[in-house]
Amino acid sequence: MKAYLLKRLAHGLLAILGVLVVVFLLVRLTPGDPALLMLPDLAPADAVQAMRHQLGLDRSILFQFLIFVKSVLSGNLGESIFYRRDVLGLVVQALPVTVTLTFGSMIIALLVAIPTGVISATRQYSTYDNLTMIGVLLGQSVPTFWLGIMLILFFAVLWPILPTSGPGGWTHYVLPCLSLSTYMLALITRLTRSGMLEILNEDYVRTARAKGVTEKVVISKHALSNTMVQIVTVLGLQIGTLMGGAIITEKVFALPGVGTLIIQAIELRDYPVVQGSVLMTAGLFVLINFLVDVLYTYIDPRISFASPGSR
Amino acid sequence: MGAERKQYSYRLSLGERLRQRTGGPIRRLLRHRLATVGTLLVLAAIVCALAAPLLAPYDPLEQDLRFRLKPPLWRAPEGEKFLLGTDQFGRDVLSRIIFGSRVSLAVGTASVLLGGSLGLFLGLCAGFFGGWIDDVIMRLADVQLSFPFLILALCIIAILGSGLINLIIVLSLYGWVVYARLIRASVLSIKEIEYVQAARAIGQSTAKILVKHILPNVIAPFFVISSFQVARIIIIEASLGFLGLGVPPPTPTWGNMLSDGREYLQEAWWIGTFPGLAIAVVVLGINLLGDGLRDALDPKTYLKS
Amino acid sequence: MPLPVLRVQDLKTYFYTGAGVTRAVDQISYDIGRGEIVGLVGESGCGKTVSALSILQLIQSPPGRIVGGRIELEGRNLLDLGTREMESVRGDQISMIFQEPMSSLNPIFSIGEQVSESLRIHRGLSKRAALDQTVKMLELVGIPSPERRVSEYPHQMSGGMRQRVMIAMALSCQPKVLIADEPTTALDVTIQAQILELMLSLRQELNMAILLITHDLGVVAETTERVVVMYAGKVVEEATARTIFRSPLHPYTIGLLGSVPSLDNVTRERRGRERLQEIPGLVPSLDNLPAGCNFQPRCARAMDVCLGQEPDLKEIEAGHLVRCWLHA
Repeated sequence: MKAYLLKRLAHGLLAILGVLVVVFLLVRLTPGDPALLMLPDLAPADAVQAMRHQLGLDRSILFQFLIFVKSVLSGNLGESIFYRRDVLGLVVQALPVTVTLTFGSMIIALLVAIPTGVISATRQYSTYDNLTMIGVLLGQSVPTFWLGIMLILFFAVLWPILPTSGPGGWTHYVLPCLSLSTYMLALITRLTRSGMLEILNEDYVRTARAKGVTEKVVISKHALSNTMVQIVTVLGLQIGTLMGGAIITEKVFALPGVGTLIIQAIELRDYPVVQGSVLMTAGLFVLINFLVDVLYTYIDPRISFASPGSR
Repeated sequence: MGAERKQYSYRLSLGERLRQRTGGPIRRLLRHRLATVGTLLVLAAIVCALAAPLLAPYDPLEQDLRFRLKPPLWRAPEGEKFLLGTDQFGRDVLSRIIFGSRVSLAVGTASVLLGGSLGLFLGLCAGFFGGWIDDVIMRLADVQLSFPFLILALCIIAILGSGLINLIIVLSLYGWVVYARLIRASVLSIKEIEYVQAARAIGQSTAKILVKHILPNVIAPFFVISSFQVARIIIIEASLGFLGLGVPPPTPTWGNMLSDGREYLQEAWWIGTFPGLAIAVVVLGINLLGDGLRDALDPKTYLKS
Repeated sequence: MPLPVLRVQDLKTYFYTGAGVTRAVDQISYDIGRGEIVGLVGESGCGKTVSALSILQLIQSPPGRIVGGRIELEGRNLLDLGTREMESVRGDQISMIFQEPMSSLNPIFSIGEQVSESLRIHRGLSKRAALDQTVKMLELVGIPSPERRVSEYPHQMSGGMRQRVMIAMALSCQPKVLIADEPTTALDVTIQAQILELMLSLRQELNMAILLITHDLGVVAETTERVVVMYAGKVVEEATARTIFRSPLHPYTIGLLGSVPSLDNVTRERRGRERLQEIPGLVPSLDNLPAGCNFQPRCARAMDVCLGQEPDLKEIEAGHLVRCWLHA
């Protein structure tokens, strides 16, 4: 157990290092003087000089990187050119919206997809199954932001029962979460279904039946639990896709999350914000993946003892 | 009660028996047909892209503010008709969609080709040379996977600026990992087998043997993976366009159009609806084609259905 | 004659696939007396496993179906039972263990959980009580330090140990019949002997009947009391183990025995013959059976009547049945 977790931790730390390197290079590779990029357009000369010193531009690139890492770890992500506020504060303010959106969608996806996949597997080739497979196909083909637009069209414009956009109470998250959850819903349904079909033919399921276990329990306890193991392995990556999708969904529904922050910052050339928000998002993603790894050790006892290979 | 008894009781009703005997073959037949539908859709899209100037009724860039925001099937008194309506500048939506297919398909195929080549090369190196080269390449893959791809794409576009070439370069980074891993696994497995023989063989022929053995194993999965990747990349390209980071206006791209569509949703619902529909249809077609390819190339999944 | 604990009568289990009908089990009958060990012998594909699965109604319903016959457990026809009733029979009155111990245990549940599941379902025991009983069962089947083992997982155990766990699981509710489908085939020879010995001693303690399915005649000779020989979905010979080995009647049985090397050439038939005799030809595929007697294409002593008509199973002497025109 320990060996595996340590390996995943090392993996995560390496990933964070990679994130830091990439983000660092981000600004360095952007055409223009890095000091000028970090400051408002008409900054006075001494401010520029101070920034140059702060970034360590007069020293080696490695030193600059170390300064960068040091400031990040101490919580200083720079100051936004546009808002004149610390970047960390801006991101933290925008984070709850994005997190709600991402996890709300994930929960919807899981709550719907898993039962659907299970029922589909136990009634293979039935009408229910065929309809589900059609749904899966559509769900993976439809672009989520277009779905979002269509949802707004039908449920907010033509039939105004939900708000069209903007932040607010939970009603403002219904349509966004619905549209964002679609892809993951389709994917998880498909995985659950194929996993169950495969597992229901396994020897140990036959053993359970031979013991006199009710078919319902065979499905829900013996088979589903093993399928969940398969699903958790893709969960981490899917959350990444969700986070990416959240950015776009925020634009469709005008939600003030981290995605909106990044897009706006790119348009305004507010590099400190771009840097800071990408860092936070990627860092969060690495953390979530690590947590998923930990979750995995609780679900699959084999992992604790088997040699930690790549999943 | 009927559902519970289905699997392990021997007493099935006639209806259930019939369904179980025909359901499997029906599904297989349908898949065949669906794959055909998919192929047709993809071909239609390709034709659209290639013959766009011939198919589009209007110049996609031509603005005519007299006809701005007109609904679908609207006829001007002078006789011009717009099948799918016009946008905020009076440009014909249908023509813009047809021309938009060019960008989507071009970016999709180019990115996959580039990404596939990159993955092929890196995978070969990793598998063939092993050692620290393998480690570095696999670490690179891990680092890339630790970013949600869209964010990474955003950043790189932020640096490089938007434009068709930049877009293709960025999107080619999307899928190289899958290809690389596939090739690497193949090389490693062959290396084990050939190791004994390689001791006797000359250095050059080892490389030739590797190529000769790897290629046939890998071609089929490459095609299947590629088709699904093209689908995903088209959606990502549209997403970037929607965010304003794709090919810049006035070039018609489906993503741009959707962005306008969102803006004018209350007044002109058609601007956003039809381009999205086009994306959905094309991606659906590619997915169906990919499914069909996968079934056709792997007899096991085909029989399992 | 006391009522047999399990009576299989004219059982027919067919499989309906796109390629046609496969008559995996075609009118099989045999009895198992209380506490008796019966061996069910035949090559792979002869239908022995299918007949066993049919007893517990574990046949995959598309494409298989039990088409006819009766399966009586102490007089009660199991084929009349509803789902719930059948579920209460499985694991409680009739248990089954399978060939592959490596894959027959759920990898993500502990040994204790899996063994105590039967007890909780059939005896309504609490978690604590079931676990205690499980420890006793593990001890009974010869697993060292059972209190530690209950919280372990299948992948931490060897094949032999897992099979012992399977036996513990199967016997926890003291069933009347244990069906053992090739329980030792996947194990080392030394472990084989241990497992068989274990089954015999437990049989003694619990007065439990065992249906031992195997293709290994050595196991049959050592362990069983009566033998049923199957070929291509039909019973071809049935007798006590001693009779089968001393005076087999059906050409297939003779062929089977002749193809087994032995250290002492006891049977009259084999005296003087040093070479192993193999039965020429291949087992017919069950959806394409020959006309007349199923064995006739490979039979050295086939007669004209064998080609045209299938022989019935006849009792030649007390307790010895054969399906062959040579002995009709």
